[in-house]
Amino acid sequence: MSIKEYRTAAEARGGLLVMKHTPGVAFGDRVLIKDHGGGRRNGQVIRASDDETLILVFEGVEDLDLESTWVRFLDEPVEIALSPELLGRVFNGLGEPKDDRPPILSNIRRPVGGSAINPAARTYPREFIQTGISTIDGLNSLVRGQKLPIFSGSGLPHNRLAAQIVRQARLKDEDTSFSVVFAAMGVSYADAKFFRDEFASSGVLRNVVMFINLADDPPVERLTLPRTALTAAEYLAYDLDRHVLVVMTDMTYYAEALREVATSKGDVPARKGYPGYLYSDLAEIYERCGRIHQRHGSITMMPVVSMPSDDITHPIPDLTGYITEGQIVLSRELHNQGIYPPVHISPSLSRLMKDGIGKDDTREDHPRVAAQLYALYARALETRNLASIIGADELSERDKRFLRFADAFDQRFVGQGEAEDRSIEATLNLAWELMSSFPRDTLTRMSETDLAKYYQGAD
Amino acid sequence: MTEPTRDTPRDPIRDNPRDNPRQGRIRDINGPIVTIVLPGIRNGEQVRIGELGLFGEVISLRGEEAIVQTYESTEGVRPGEPAVGLGWPLSVELGPGLLGGIFDGVQRPLEKIALQSGDYIRRGLDVPALDRTKVWEFEPNRELEPGARIGPGTVLGTVQETQTIVHRILVPPSLGGELDELAPAGDYDLEATIGRLRDAQGHTHRLKLFHRWPVRKPRPYLRRDDGVAPLITGQRVIDTFFPQLKGGKGAVPGPFGAGKTVVQQQVARWSNADIVIYVGCGERGNELVDVLETFPQLDDPYSGRKLMERTLLVANTSNMPVVAREASVYVGITMAEYYRDMGYDVVMLADSTSRWAEALREVSGRLGQMPVEEGYPAYLASRLAAVYERAGRVETQGAGSGSVTLIGAVSPPGGDFSEPVTSHTKDIIETFWALSKELADARHYPSIDWVTSFSGHVHTAAEWWHQEINRDWERRRTEALALLARDAELARIVNLVGPEALSSAQRWELEGAALIKEGVLQQSALDEVDTFCSPRKQFALLDLCLFIFRRGAALIELGVPVQELQQLPLLARTRRCKSMFNSDQVDQIEALKADAERTFEKIRLEYAQASASSAGNV
Ligand SMILES: Nc1ncnc2c1ncn2[C@@H]1O[C@H](COP(=O)(O)OP(=O)(O)OP(=O)(O)O)[C@@H](O)[C@H]1O
Ligand SMILES: [Mg+2]
Repeated sequence: MSIKEYRTAAEARGGLLVMKHTPGVAFGDRVLIKDHGGGRRNGQVIRASDDETLILVFEGVEDLDLESTWVRFLDEPVEIALSPELLGRVFNGLGEPKDDRPPILSNIRRPVGGSAINPAARTYPREFIQTGISTIDGLNSLVRGQKLPIFSGSGLPHNRLAAQIVRQARLKDEDTSFSVVFAAMGVSYADAKFFRDEFASSGVLRNVVMFINLADDPPVERLTLPRTALTAAEYLAYDLDRHVLVVMTDMTYYAEALREVATSKGDVPARKGYPGYLYSDLAEIYERCGRIHQRHGSITMMPVVSMPSDDITHPIPDLTGYITEGQIVLSRELHNQGIYPPVHISPSLSRLMKDGIGKDDTREDHPRVAAQLYALYARALETRNLASIIGADELSERDKRFLRFADAFDQRFVGQGEAEDRSIEATLNLAWELMSSFPRDTLTRMSETDLAKYYQGAD
Repeated sequence: MTEPTRDTPRDPIRDNPRDNPRQGRIRDINGPIVTIVLPGIRNGEQVRIGELGLFGEVISLRGEEAIVQTYESTEGVRPGEPAVGLGWPLSVELGPGLLGGIFDGVQRPLEKIALQSGDYIRRGLDVPALDRTKVWEFEPNRELEPGARIGPGTVLGTVQETQTIVHRILVPPSLGGELDELAPAGDYDLEATIGRLRDAQGHTHRLKLFHRWPVRKPRPYLRRDDGVAPLITGQRVIDTFFPQLKGGKGAVPGPFGAGKTVVQQQVARWSNADIVIYVGCGERGNELVDVLETFPQLDDPYSGRKLMERTLLVANTSNMPVVAREASVYVGITMAEYYRDMGYDVVMLADSTSRWAEALREVSGRLGQMPVEEGYPAYLASRLAAVYERAGRVETQGAGSGSVTLIGAVSPPGGDFSEPVTSHTKDIIETFWALSKELADARHYPSIDWVTSFSGHVHTAAEWWHQEINRDWERRRTEALALLARDAELARIVNLVGPEALSSAQRWELEGAALIKEGVLQQSALDEVDTFCSPRKQFALLDLCLFIFRRGAALIELGVPVQELQQLPLLARTRRCKSMFNSDQVDQIEALKADAERTFEKIRLEYAQASASSAGNV
């Protein structure tokens, strides 16, 4: 098989182009489409048979006509060129430059689809990353190689939080910062610019590769964008030995693009019109993160998922939560009270925290402090709820203490400045200060040794 | 005409009357579903697709066309490329060398694949599950003489597979006849002949240390037996409240992050099964790594040996091809049945059966089959039931007793238990450990909800507990559940009218329920001491909490103010008890009970004196 051109378009709808009689075309291959005006579009074969080929057109099929459309089958998978020159550059979802600079030239080209990491080749992630944010470091710690999304909603400061994490994240006793792969899908120009300015002002721009598809760019391109970005991340991590932090925003727009294409393909929908394979599709993206035996670099991932109508059970956050290793959930209620970052700790979780904290990694009391704070806060929220029904005055002394704790916790532990980079010791000490408002005997999750060492209360 | 002695291996799976593999061509590639033209191929037959030789399986026939589901990504495959029918159905290799390993969804050994293809899985690799170069020390069954009648399940001899597990080499299910010869003790590799058998037709069959079995066909047994003994998992809320039996079927449904995987891994770690098969079906790669890295370090509380020696993993992570996900559950359960045939108690954990069901949905969708609910095909319920049906305690063909316990995680979208997979599963299983988001959010772990969970095995389990641990087990269990139910009722009242509306006795009930929750139900998998709790310790903790509650309630009836009791340091100590004393220190917990007894007695006496003197003053 070699490069062939055809003009046998038979149908064009919803990002899809059907070609007749194009024998021997490989499933997954890349195509180039020349439209009536001489414009070029990119596509990928998503179904191949003896008599018909189905093509996904990344730029969409708007105003294509069937007669004068030429399709060139390139006989190669969708791939990108990789070199250290990637850093500092801006591309679109197909890896084409978006910064008016020449394309990357390299003989290292890799298909963006990637392949599955052999689980037997993985190493369990366990190196604590200090983000300087108490609710994350103290209660939902991030480790190198983890995928930890931010679940947010429209108007909530997820971008500011992601930017703060990029700025502050480092291993506890190291100064090396991360290389950043930034993947933007369907975000506004203003949001993309915010990140760019952030990277520029914190001086990391040389260390960032950006892949950008804005809200008014073709939606179908969003389907390959995270894959392209992750192929770059894998190159940086495993060929160049870098620790890479991948920020992807916003996965909701990615999933919506997927739904759009699935609908026009006629795929059977599962929930809310999303196709049944949304889970596997998202997993192909998220699972590219991790640590691999004997490789020096790593890929840590922080996707942003905005929850439609703040609904965590919506298929996109729901399926994301089933794949990622926890989630940081932002709360509109806290945000409305002016608390930044408005992290709601109850539904937030880090599953890889357990092996990244404690005596050798952070501090010996850390696991129990986290468990105790969670227990106290859960009780405090119940009390707050009760107070809202019967009035705070009706509460017992014991309950009132919980109410005061809830407020102090929200204001002082959750709330912090956007430029405030708290060390893990500072976070844990603050936790003890807050917990010490309770009698010693209440702190049943703490060991006697912890209490002897850190408890600051009266009794 | 004399029948020639077959010295070519007569393999019931791969010995195919059609000699040559058949070759056809590919017509259509639609993701993992490939249509080929290959007249004469059978439904269920294994196929290799395209120049890469991707593995797949025929799932339906239509005229000269066959529809194939491929276990590997079809990227780069073209119409017109060849397709080869292999002549046999999807089958697994069964023999020594499975334990301690990690296999993919179609039983390819992932560690070996890593050696061959690096960190990423290359396609079209044909690596047998069992190592052909490894030599095993075979000890023949001394009771068998040449000429002996042997049949399916007869033990030909043994191999020490791991330090803990003796692998019994059995006559495969479909064979029987007269033993011609049995190899002497010695070292053999898997392909070596360790015996010959002549069947009723006069055919001779070579017997080896391993054989193959088609995964979609349940392995035969003589008879089904009822479960008799609980599967002890060392988890209090399971063993004490919602017990599972060896040979039972159970489900762990829950929203993301509620703790399904942790529950399953805890069962894999601490249950008193002989063999554990952990199937990671469409879940995270790191969770399997966690098992692979920690189990070789952990001691089995029963045998004292390393846990990995009794464990084997099947991995089709969420980013691996969907079709192999469907296969992985069958691959796992077939291996489980095989160890059951040896007389072992096997536990198989499938995390998550929802991903398995989604693989069914994906394939049926691509075939254009009519969906019935949420895109699932009409056969979802029957397929689920058929998989669970392969669990059970049985009398094996070799007339021993063995069991397969099957525990499946269920991941309902949005945590909604009324969705098809959860609701069908609920109809099939006997033990239901329902995880609750509210409990998980409050970090009450394991987040098994005592209201919605159930076990159909309480009475059977009670016989064991009464005999082995304490005659009061069932009574205590009921008492605790009643207290928890009261707690929920009172919480509703408090939320309506505030805590002041409660009487002292009612407040003490809340305190008692809190004690049960924190002192008994909550059990951190991360707590070094509490991660495993022996049945004796389980009973002692429950008994202690209930004792405190009962004695306290009696004092309140005498008029002792509830605040005085709530301040007793003994309550905090009781909550910490589970992590302070390990399973060998049950006497310490009993000592605490004696302490509590003295404390309460003292209060009673003081109070009696005080009220007597105040009465005297009147
Ligand atoms: N018994 C337990 N003890 C301590 N921590 C627990 C326990 N159960 C769950 N957890 C905590 O909850 C987290 C999530 O649990 P787990 O990974 O088992 O959830 P899951 O239900 O399997 O989620 P998913 O469906 O997304 O796979 C764990 O990483 C751990 O931090
Ligand atoms: Mg899980």
